[in-house]
Amino acid sequence: MFSYLIRRLLVMIPTLLVISVLVFVIIQLPEGDYLSSHIAELQAQGEKVSQDEIAFLRQQYGLDRSQVEQYLVWLAGMLQGDFGYSFEYNLPVSEVVGDRLFLSFILSFATIVFTWVVAFPIGVYSATHQYSWADHGLTLIGFLGLATPNFLFALVLLYVANVVFGTSIGGLMDPQYVDAPMSWGKLLSVLEHLWIPVVVIGTSGTAGMIRRLRANLLDELQKQYVVTARAKGLPPIRLLVKYPLRMALNPFIADIGNLLPQVISGAAIVSVVLSLPTTGPMLLSALQSQDMYLAGSFLMFLSLLTVIGMFLSDLALAALDPRIRLEGGTTR
Amino acid sequence: MSRDAGEAATVEHYVSPEPFDPHSIEALSREQERFYMASQWRMMWWRFRRHRLALWSAAIIAVMYASIVVSELLAPYGLHSRHSEFIFAPPQRVHLFHGGQFVGPFVYALAYRLNMETLKREYSEDRARVQPLRFLCAADEYRFWGMFEADLHLMCPAENGTAFLLGTDRLGRDILSRIIYGARISLTVGLIGIIISFVLGIVLGGLAGYYGGWVDSTVQRLIEVIRSFPELPLWMALSAALPVNWSPVAVFLGITVILGLVDWTGLARAVRSKLLALREEDFCTAAVLMGASPRRVIARHLLPNFMSHLIASATLSIPSMILGETALSFLGLGLRPPITSWGVLLTESQNINAVALYPWLMLPVVPVIVAVLAFNFMGDGLRDAADPYRT
Repeated sequence: MFSYLIRRLLVMIPTLLVISVLVFVIIQLPEGDYLSSHIAELQAQGEKVSQDEIAFLRQQYGLDRSQVEQYLVWLAGMLQGDFGYSFEYNLPVSEVVGDRLFLSFILSFATIVFTWVVAFPIGVYSATHQYSWADHGLTLIGFLGLATPNFLFALVLLYVANVVFGTSIGGLMDPQYVDAPMSWGKLLSVLEHLWIPVVVIGTSGTAGMIRRLRANLLDELQKQYVVTARAKGLPPIRLLVKYPLRMALNPFIADIGNLLPQVISGAAIVSVVLSLPTTGPMLLSALQSQDMYLAGSFLMFLSLLTVIGMFLSDLALAALDPRIRLEGGTTR
Repeated sequence: MSRDAGEAATVEHYVSPEPFDPHSIEALSREQERFYMASQWRMMWWRFRRHRLALWSAAIIAVMYASIVVSELLAPYGLHSRHSEFIFAPPQRVHLFHGGQFVGPFVYALAYRLNMETLKREYSEDRARVQPLRFLCAADEYRFWGMFEADLHLMCPAENGTAFLLGTDRLGRDILSRIIYGARISLTVGLIGIIISFVLGIVLGGLAGYYGGWVDSTVQRLIEVIRSFPELPLWMALSAALPVNWSPVAVFLGITVILGLVDWTGLARAVRSKLLALREEDFCTAAVLMGASPRRVIARHLLPNFMSHLIASATLSIPSMILGETALSFLGLGLRPPITSWGVLLTESQNINAVALYPWLMLPVVPVIVAVLAFNFMGDGLRDAADPYRT
């Protein structure tokens, strides 16, 4: 187990390196940089910008060096916990990002838990009552969740919450708590707001989860050991829980790897609509204003979150399923 | 000797000139022949036909794609026709009876009033003025496919009347017409995107699966890296990189390429795993021994074995592209006006006011949901039908 853990960790390093190269290329793709558009803006406002000043700024931000050098500086900085400088906020990226990343993490975690809690009973029910009306109905609802664009669903839910429950619109807590210290009231307010994005993002992933669990469980239920156990008179519930369910559960955990990018994607757009203080809205504005280090760090963080999530799901799977061999290198 | 010769002379060697059918004993009836000799594609069709929901979905998709050929004809108004006196008009209901008498499909005229207290535009039905709808009539002029002028519409409002069956937006443009035009863009985005991802997936997955070794591990790592990016932020970043001075059409093409570039990994994986299994088969070895080039082996002998599976899984990933385009356009990173897609239409309902005051602005979501659901169900049916030899 230990050597597996080490090897799995080592594999992450080249993956993350390639990701960092890709991220850097992507944030360099737009023509020009923040500084040139910023200077153009200043000049348009009639302010004089001297050439010396421009050169100084360029040097300060490392924009005068070659692309490769810029990348290496960025990478080296990241390894030391320095994620570069946000032009727009005039702050180090790590200070801008910190809280938001934490909230993104909370949101993703809550969404995955929600997806599981919803998908699990429905999947089991659909599999044990295959082709019943409830099975068809639940599948249809799941599909509807998949087909409805997240952002619109979020808007409608926000409106409903505002009209029915009187929840304040936008944000992750009532306005009076924003700068208040942590308290029970604040926690309740956060919970009151958190359910909307969680439900919205969750619904898009639930359908796939239900489908997979249902298919897996159906496969298991047709196997002979189930028939034998049933013939021997094992009570249905006990029979279900004791063996087939456990077998069907493994893909559930392996699925975090698929679910996580989806959840983070969903969170990005839903946060923009609901103006949550998570990474989504800031990533959008950073991309639009070519605040390249901020955007790059966001992309990097989000990928890191995904890679770590996949790592954890692999570990959990290895711990749960004794059939997965930890020795032997290739993962075919 | 001579006796033998005599007998031979009496019983001559006889060959019937009638054509001989060696299968005459176990001849297949016409129906049996149709059944047993059916080609793979025919068998797939039979199996697909059994899946009712998939069949209906396929029909809906066919109708939608057929509609984009004649969008101009179907839409009652032009894409950009504005009606400044009918801004944010609610959907008009179609009636059949007026005062207990049958007059055919008609709408009541809209009466407009500005509420001076709330400064809200208020529309009501003017029950006295009946405006029958006209069919196959002349109304707003358009250039059919941008080529020749015409003014024929399937349905148009009464002379000097209005027919906003799904309401109007903030410039007084008819939402129904815009949805019909939007289908053209939204549905082609998915199609072009899937073609790109299909080609990439087959080429890269095929190389990885056929050659194995370092080619395989390189492609595998690449897939892993791309898959560990959350899709939407990656799309956002790439489309933010499209130059601002590109024409809307170029942006449209750029977006479809981006959608395809991110999506191919799933297909490549499927191709690779199938190839790995199939390349060890005898028929493949035989082909190689007879001197077939790798290209020929892959394209001629291996791909047809699982083409149907690929088509099924490609169908299942079109919806994610349609939703992706919608999301990008909604965020303002995707298509730009005057190119109109369902996503562009939905940007109108971006704020909570639209939901509260003008809920009909959200109607473009209906075709999105219908298209996504139909593609999903059709893909399910195709997947079940993809392997007709399995019982």
